[in-house]
Amino acid sequence: MSVDGTESVEDFRLRARRWLAGNLPPTSSGGFGRRTAGSDEEELAEVATERRWQRQLWDGRLAGICFPTGYGGLGLTPAHAAAFNEELVGYAYPWRLQVPTMTPCAAVILEFGTHEQKIAHLPAILRGEQLWMQFLSEPGSGSDVAGAQTTAVREGDEWIINGSKIWTTGAWWSDWGLCLARTNSDVPKHRGLTVFMLPIHQPGIEISRIEMLDGSKEFCQEFMTDVRVPDSARIGGVDDGWTVVTRWLFHERTYASSPLTIRPARGADGARGESGASLLSLAEQAGRRDDPRARELVGEAHALTVAVRELDRRVHAAIAAGTASDQLASVSRLMHGVVAAQLNTIAFDLAGPRAVAWGAPDEELGSRGISYLTRQMASIAGGTTEMARNVVSERVLGMPRERTLDRNIPFREVRNSSTARTDGRR
Amino acid sequence: MNTGLTSDQQLFVDTTRKFLQDGLPGPVRRALRDRPEGYDPSFWKTGTELGWTSLLIGEEYGGGSVSGNGLRDLALVAQEFGRHAAPGPLLTTNVAAFALSRAGGAPARAVLGRIADGDAIVAWCFSEPPPGDGLGQIAATAVADGGDWLLTGEKAPVEHGAQADLFLVTARTATGLIQLLVPATSPGVTVTPLQTLDVSRRFALVDFRDVRVPADGVVGSAESAPAEVDRQLHVALAIQTAEMVGALDTAFELTVAWAADRYSFGRPLDSYQALKHRFADLKMWLEASHAVVDAAVDAVATDAGDSAELVSVAKAYVGHYGPELAQDCVQLHGGIGLTFEHDLHLYLRRVTLGSALLGTVREHRLRLATLLEDRGRLTTDLGSERKATA
Repeated sequence: MSVDGTESVEDFRLRARRWLAGNLPPTSSGGFGRRTAGSDEEELAEVATERRWQRQLWDGRLAGICFPTGYGGLGLTPAHAAAFNEELVGYAYPWRLQVPTMTPCAAVILEFGTHEQKIAHLPAILRGEQLWMQFLSEPGSGSDVAGAQTTAVREGDEWIINGSKIWTTGAWWSDWGLCLARTNSDVPKHRGLTVFMLPIHQPGIEISRIEMLDGSKEFCQEFMTDVRVPDSARIGGVDDGWTVVTRWLFHERTYASSPLTIRPARGADGARGESGASLLSLAEQAGRRDDPRARELVGEAHALTVAVRELDRRVHAAIAAGTASDQLASVSRLMHGVVAAQLNTIAFDLAGPRAVAWGAPDEELGSRGISYLTRQMASIAGGTTEMARNVVSERVLGMPRERTLDRNIPFREVRNSSTARTDGRR
Repeated sequence: MNTGLTSDQQLFVDTTRKFLQDGLPGPVRRALRDRPEGYDPSFWKTGTELGWTSLLIGEEYGGGSVSGNGLRDLALVAQEFGRHAAPGPLLTTNVAAFALSRAGGAPARAVLGRIADGDAIVAWCFSEPPPGDGLGQIAATAVADGGDWLLTGEKAPVEHGAQADLFLVTARTATGLIQLLVPATSPGVTVTPLQTLDVSRRFALVDFRDVRVPADGVVGSAESAPAEVDRQLHVALAIQTAEMVGALDTAFELTVAWAADRYSFGRPLDSYQALKHRFADLKMWLEASHAVVDAAVDAVATDAGDSAELVSVAKAYVGHYGPELAQDCVQLHGGIGLTFEHDLHLYLRRVTLGSALLGTVREHRLRLATLLEDRGRLTTDLGSERKATA
């Protein structure tokens, strides 16, 4: 303890080290590949286990390192969070509870929620009792977030929500949604949006699961019919949702370096995703460990993963120090998408022909074929890399904005795919 | 964008920047093409008064840093050198000074004060010509002869070898490595200037034939030589990559400004989305390059355990994306970017030079694979050790 009663980083580190050794299991082998879809029962059991781990962290006074003490957190610094992440290397941890629950959802509640809203949700989140999802993307608007067509109509102290959201990961096992809805169609699109919190499992919300090309069904689509939400569940001002969404998207872009989440630190082979180490073992399995071309690819991949990590760190430091605007986070977002595709391609190359036709002993090689097919995932999910390139060029480099046809006109007059089909104009 | 500089460091950077800006207008830099030594010795001497060559020298030898960490300060200078495509034997002299200061003893006392004052140029002789030009390959030999050493072998490319007063040579003995400090005037030394891509940086092939070096010319000891040579390589790579990102900064800034000024079809170039998206990729490469170089400099500056890894990451990344970035800047400029009159090529040259020297991208990728392999073995060993003690 220091003089002001704050736990020092090193004291905290030692406490975390002792606690982790006694409470969390070691991470299972460094295997990688998209999770071959286990059964729903298995997935539910894993979610339950992760909720329990989160509860143990809470009971061990290690949950919410950078959340304020008034809302169940420890009120410590990013340096404490970084020390925890270094200690976390080699342990299994509740990764499903990090993104999007801790950030961007809890981050948005922290920034825009009322005292009552924070009290109602943040401690419950830190205890593992509330898993959150982003009700942001819609079938009719992916990159164009402000083009949301889901409506919320006021009725006394309540709002009635109708519409559809899509690309929520694991909504079927989650609890709460942070939902963007249109509350005014008579003003330009950015000025008629509002953000709400709503329980996912309630009458009026139908969840359907989307099967991806690799057979996984982790993504969901929700259909909302006359869902009633009290006005007390509104985040931010009426029609001022874009103010909230701007920060929401910032938190989404910076999730990989957010001090609100936990994740194993640098060099961690326990981190999810491809790494130099996982590719070296892949080359070994493919019988190419001594092939200079394969070794060069492993080295290239390792340089790329370190570059992503160091770029995140640099961008985070610059934004925190105020020497760069929040928009610089788009550079990180772009890098994550681009490098993920590069790493999947390298893995596919290393795996060789068994990535496309494999027998039982070659499961690891085959998984790289499947990862290759879904290579673009990281360049699409969370805002496409094309959007990131727009933001980097326009907001970071100050280049002229793209011309749009939906500014300064009421949202109801903006053309969309369905009105275009009926009016026949191109 | 440098984050986290102390006010002393900021002042130091600003002073060097202003000195380079004022002293090196475009025509002056282009005229250096015709100077055999590539720089004006009085310009270099004045620059060393700002501290360019004393940052890695211990205070006991007349050196000293600005921030308490000389390599971090030197990386800032190197970045400014890149930003201005500045001339002078910055890398070679500083790596030699670093080696001498760490080794101490007679050679350090004899030479370091003169290096710090800009009165002596010492060339760090590490790389060798083909067929032994792989990174870290040393074929030059030193044979004990009485109390002396007889040095034989070729070194190339040696940065500013034809301008050096002394050479710090890494050679192989019967049992390992040795580093020798050799006056350029020693009998048996032949210096042949090489043609080079850079407008102002010079290189030479230095041939040593039975050059007699007395015992007090030995730098450090045989036991420490392998680790010290590695450290010197890490410092050299930190300086080299820092200079490369500085050059990339300027190339990128020139190109962003050009795209805003240049109109075609009634619109500025930077209003075209196809080009904007390319600029976004270039910005990503540039920021990532800064990030990996900062990490490498920090690791080497603190002699951290992952120095070898991070310098190779920096070189593998910047060595690949740096030239790509610079070439795309040429493309975005169009024909003007290929002229001698425009400044852009000064930066393209500096980045290209860096990517090819002190290990190619391929060599550093291969080093990374080997490092990962060694680390994997270490983890496995530690794991079985833990099990054994549990």
